[in-house]
Amino acid sequence: MNEAKPVGGKVFTGPFLFFLVVTLIGIYFLAKRFMFGIGAVTNMNDGFPWGIWITYDVVVGTAFACGGYSMALLVYAFNNGEYHPLVRPALLASMFGYTLAGVSVFIDIGRYWHIYNVFLPWFTNFNSILLEVALCIAAYIAVLWIEFSPTFLEAKAGTKSKVNKILIFFIALGILLPTMHQSSLGSLMILAGHKLSPLWWTPVLPLIFLISAITMGYTVVIFESTLSAVGFKRPLETDILAKLSLVIPILLVIFLIVRFADLLMRGQLGLAFSGDLQGNMFLLENILHIVPLVILASATNRKSAKMLFLAACCLMSGGLLFRFNTYLIGFNPGEGWHYFPAIGEQFITYTIISAEILLYMIFVKKLPVLPSHGQVKA
Amino acid sequence: MKIKRRDFLKGAAGCGVLAAVGQPTFAEAKKKERLPGALGFLYDSTLCIGCQACMVGCKKANDMPVESSDLLPIWENPRDLSAKTLNVIKKYENGTGEEKDHETDGFAYVKRQCMHCVDPGCVSACPVSAMRKNPDNGVVTYNKDACIGCRYCQVACPFNIPKFQWDSAFPEIVKCQLCSHLLPKGEIAACCSSCPTGASLFGPTNELMAEAKRRQQMEPGKYYNFPVSSIDSGKTFSQKASRYVPQIYGENEVGGTQVLLLSGVPFDKLGLPELREKSYASTAESIQHTLYKGMIAPIVVLAGLFYFVNRSQNDKD
Repeated sequence: MNEAKPVGGKVFTGPFLFFLVVTLIGIYFLAKRFMFGIGAVTNMNDGFPWGIWITYDVVVGTAFACGGYSMALLVYAFNNGEYHPLVRPALLASMFGYTLAGVSVFIDIGRYWHIYNVFLPWFTNFNSILLEVALCIAAYIAVLWIEFSPTFLEAKAGTKSKVNKILIFFIALGILLPTMHQSSLGSLMILAGHKLSPLWWTPVLPLIFLISAITMGYTVVIFESTLSAVGFKRPLETDILAKLSLVIPILLVIFLIVRFADLLMRGQLGLAFSGDLQGNMFLLENILHIVPLVILASATNRKSAKMLFLAACCLMSGGLLFRFNTYLIGFNPGEGWHYFPAIGEQFITYTIISAEILLYMIFVKKLPVLPSHGQVKA
Repeated sequence: MKIKRRDFLKGAAGCGVLAAVGQPTFAEAKKKERLPGALGFLYDSTLCIGCQACMVGCKKANDMPVESSDLLPIWENPRDLSAKTLNVIKKYENGTGEEKDHETDGFAYVKRQCMHCVDPGCVSACPVSAMRKNPDNGVVTYNKDACIGCRYCQVACPFNIPKFQWDSAFPEIVKCQLCSHLLPKGEIAACCSSCPTGASLFGPTNELMAEAKRRQQMEPGKYYNFPVSSIDSGKTFSQKASRYVPQIYGENEVGGTQVLLLSGVPFDKLGLPELREKSYASTAESIQHTLYKGMIAPIVVLAGLFYFVNRSQNDKD
């Protein structure tokens, strides 16, 4: 059994201070946003009502926070106990990713003091995809904290708590909820209609978003495991990651088949070669999916920590670009509208990312999250 | 490992099913029909003289501030709809710009405001029902007490109509509500009551549709009577009929709208988007309702997951 143990060590390290400074700068812009309105710090406008706060912090952020979901799917639903040591760090990253996505929503919505209206039955609109996303993400944030709670209890009591039936229910819920809202994050853009390029507007958006989110989950586990090993000077978990990484090319093949079959059936593939920004971004997005597929199809590459990390970085960029394409680059509200995120707007996003890294650093040092040294065996 | 791999594949496909089951049923989504009591107006670009009285009337009736997009007091000011302007007259110009309602070397006016869709994207989008379609007259209204400011209505509107108060710490969404506050007093939308030529004509959409079809049958150059203000006002004025493009904008666009437009210049030249006949709301809702009808699919999946997770824990013990 791989017992998880706190990493220990000083909290205030060089990288920690760097991310702390970024967070503090962002807090200045946050104050500005709440005092003078969203327009005071962002370049969002009536043509581009959603900017990077929704696209990156929520849509990309929660996809990158699918590690907990994907690992739970593999370990609990498909009964692959051998990957259990990877669950806890993945859950932790998911917990912060989703919690901060929730915080971002609060910053982004104009009338945040009304946020509780989504829970009031006389206001809720069950035709709204955004309502489903909002309720589902809110519930999942709670589920993630519950799923992670044994770690707090262990840290306090020093004993391993038993997995009881209630926790099993929450683990099951923790698999259902992301399946629902990660697909719905795709459905959201169906209403954008003619404003979204046919390269991304399709009724199968929910399916494509779901496959992509599950793929991102495994990719992020590889990425975070490698970074944690290097950052906290721990042994690399290459053996177990090599086995895990086999699922990625399988998922990528499914993703690409659905993606291109849909484009061919709708007869829109030609737009990819039109040479304009949207066409080129579509090509880049798919190159960033195909390259990691080629890398990870080879068993030798899967056993190399370097190649694994390279493929993970590549695929995360691909997943990120796919979401930016669907929400911003492929979105054209008509002549005269432009959008590029303002400095203050960007800094608030950097703050969200920094806060996530800071919290991750504190938690793995103080709580039993990562598997103890030398015990990771595949 | 081999079996597990196959299991995993099956599982991954199974998860996809939750999102995929909706696909074959898209086409069967029921089309929303115009409400019998639907109210709107008919804007006839060929009757519009660009006087902008409708813009003044709208500002007065809705207590909206004065706005200028440019420092110079040019005609086209403000240039477009905004959080301060619910209704705007815009101009199309081509070549020498001499002939009214001519596509080449001509000019034409167009009025932009909420189209009051039959199946509005904003109403479907809004998580908290701040955007509502009045069940009797079909007017799309906004309730700031419900609104959370998520701006999904802006993403969802095919006409980019809802505007957001970006520079306010306590912002609201702003859009034309067809002067809903005047209707109970027996008055009509201010843009129509202030229009001197009948270019903006208030009335029940089905009567306006009949009027639009009547105008398309007119012989260009001959004199006809055109109603002014509202279709039942009894006031008319005699005017030479123009040559119309053979399309009533709003008849079929995204499932139809309660505001209808006639023009002598193709509508895409006037800045109106070319839209499909099916509303995007119906596509989105049919996916959503197929997946989540009665929450049956999610509950079944949850029960299955509970069984598998429980089994995996028992295996471990």
